[in-house]
Amino acid sequence: MIAAIAFYAFAAILLASACMVITARNPVHSVLFLILAFINAAALFVLAGAEFLAMVLVIVYVGAVAVLFLFVVMMLDVDFAALREGFQRYAPLGLTIGFILMVEIGLTAVNWTIAPAAHLAVLVPTPEHLTNTNALGNLIYTRYMFAFELVALLLLVAMVGAIVLTHTDRRGPRRQNINSQHDRTIAQTLTMVNMKLGDGSRQITPAARNAEPDKETAR
Amino acid sequence: MATGFFATDFGILILTLLKALALIVPLLIGVAYLTYAERKVLAAVQLRRGPNVTGPFGLWQPFADAIKMLFKETIIPDGSNRYLFLFAPVITFGLAIIAWAVIPVNDHWAIANINVGMLYLFAISSLGVYGVIIAGWASNSKFAFLGAMRSAAQMVSYEVSIGLVILSVLVCTGSLNLNAIVLAQRNIWFAIPLLPMLVVFFISGLAETNRAPFDLPEGESEIVAGFFVEYSAMSFALFFLGEYANMILMSGMTTILFLGGWLSPIPFIPFTWVPGPIWFILKVAVCLFVFLWVRATLPRFRYDQLMQLGWKVFLPLSLGWLVLTASALEIFGWLPHA
Amino acid sequence: MPLLDRTARSFLLLEILSGMAITLRYFFKRKATLNYPYEKNAISPRFKGEHALRRYPNGEERCIACKLCEAICPAQAITIEAEPRDDGSRRTTRYDIDMTKCIYCGLCEEACPVDAIVEGPNFEFATETREELLYDKQKLLDNGDRWEPELAKRLELDAPYR
Repeated sequence: MIAAIAFYAFAAILLASACMVITARNPVHSVLFLILAFINAAALFVLAGAEFLAMVLVIVYVGAVAVLFLFVVMMLDVDFAALREGFQRYAPLGLTIGFILMVEIGLTAVNWTIAPAAHLAVLVPTPEHLTNTNALGNLIYTRYMFAFELVALLLLVAMVGAIVLTHTDRRGPRRQNINSQHDRTIAQTLTMVNMKLGDGSRQITPAARNAEPDKETAR
Repeated sequence: MATGFFATDFGILILTLLKALALIVPLLIGVAYLTYAERKVLAAVQLRRGPNVTGPFGLWQPFADAIKMLFKETIIPDGSNRYLFLFAPVITFGLAIIAWAVIPVNDHWAIANINVGMLYLFAISSLGVYGVIIAGWASNSKFAFLGAMRSAAQMVSYEVSIGLVILSVLVCTGSLNLNAIVLAQRNIWFAIPLLPMLVVFFISGLAETNRAPFDLPEGESEIVAGFFVEYSAMSFALFFLGEYANMILMSGMTTILFLGGWLSPIPFIPFTWVPGPIWFILKVAVCLFVFLWVRATLPRFRYDQLMQLGWKVFLPLSLGWLVLTASALEIFGWLPHA
Repeated sequence: MPLLDRTARSFLLLEILSGMAITLRYFFKRKATLNYPYEKNAISPRFKGEHALRRYPNGEERCIACKLCEAICPAQAITIEAEPRDDGSRRTTRYDIDMTKCIYCGLCEEACPVDAIVEGPNFEFATETREELLYDKQKLLDNGDRWEPELAKRLELDAPYR
């Protein structure tokens, strides 16, 4: 009973916040509602017994992806007046495209046939002796190993691509190289010279560069 | 245990609530006294005495502070987002508390002994950044916002190495269940074979909880108090308590992952009689002392150094050690088969 | 070798550990804190605290209204008005020190030819209002009467060095 109440509560919040994502005026609020939606989806996963998926959803989407969204959205200076400027002009076009999409979706939905064998999938028992995580692991790392590796490779390529596109070798700001700083020894940077009385640094500097390190101070 | 009334749905709910209460009350007292301990430890290192006026040895100080905070005025800055502004500290504090649901202080003494306990902890700690970001954004202040941005980048970066460290523990245990992770350390604590990972975990934990030397988000010398400049009274107190609760949580995670949880450090008779929770609390206390000790010792990092440490040192180090651990386990046939 | 040495140092966190060892050593050291309201530090006879106007043992006030202190006061905290008394001696009718201006430099004390204005050993004279810190002659004389034994002692101790 409690599970049912929880399901409807989470589902209701999920739908409501999903709607709020697209209707909220403030983009930051949108992202926050998106996060709420993610969390409720995770809760639904938990109710369905897929605790691993739930946690991964929270870690990956809420903990990392949405943080970046929020990061970007907060930094953006969205000018709502400028955004609404062409609204009147583009409204007919937008409505047409929306209508066509609606019709397409409607057609698909009407002609939707569920595969006759689909109900059999429900009959496949969840493995009794294995935890959720183990079962998933077995599938990903043994059965669908290559697909998984391919996806990983794809992500890697995407990452490298993003870095290549955005990375510029900036010479401007001076960078600190801690290792090279640590590598310097006293002997490399400091020469001790005996100055004659009345000599300014200007007189002795060229000589100082060539001067033998003073015996006393070179230790 | 579960008989009669407590076997019904409603009974289970009541029982869980009672359990939660039994955990939260000591936890809050612990948080209160951690603030006291911090002031005492910092004072001792700086040859001062710390709070010693309110009550014997100043022991009522946390309560005095709490009363002071309660009676101060909550100031909501002009142009701030009122609801989010008040909600942010609740997130920070609430997350620090709910993470404790899965932490076992003794064999099967967790409110929820779930299969993915470690992931749950990791998920909750990855949410911690929201309290900070929302606080910074809702305050409508540039200092708060800068602090929030720093914090977001910092927490996301160090989460990566924390995740990899957790993974290297997980390949040794073969389970995500915290209870099982502790029991896997019956013979040897993971602190010994995985010592470098313990260090990486602890340092990343410092960064994750925004503690010195990684307390840049609040860096008072450059951005006043960072993301909570605008906060006052109880909403500030919640942030404050949240930070300390997070420290306790991080120490609890360290204890469970590396220091053998509730297991006795000396496996002989007089020591094994000491109940597990006492060992657990002692170990957490030691970790917390190190937190304070580090704060008393090290100056704050510069921001680029912080990022460099996270991405260029800890990430390769923990990744390398994970591969090393996994290979060693495979070669010697020590891989756990859960 | 130095490279290896340095790498080992940084990877074993030796420098951080040595720093932590120092703080741990200090953690157990004796504390330097004075438990202030209950414990107080010894005060030098030259300590410059709250001002006082002294009297001669026969009760006659020492100040002869020469206004040297008023002249030398760098903060211009002293205000003096004077006129001859009935017996013909020159005395102050007004001697105010604005303690909120005073910088406790002790120049008034140095300037005084008759040791009338002195800075005493008292440093606990905080008040709840600002007005209370505007001292008048009566207040200063009262201070002098209250602290006289100590003031005399201090002058006596410091005399060899003047």
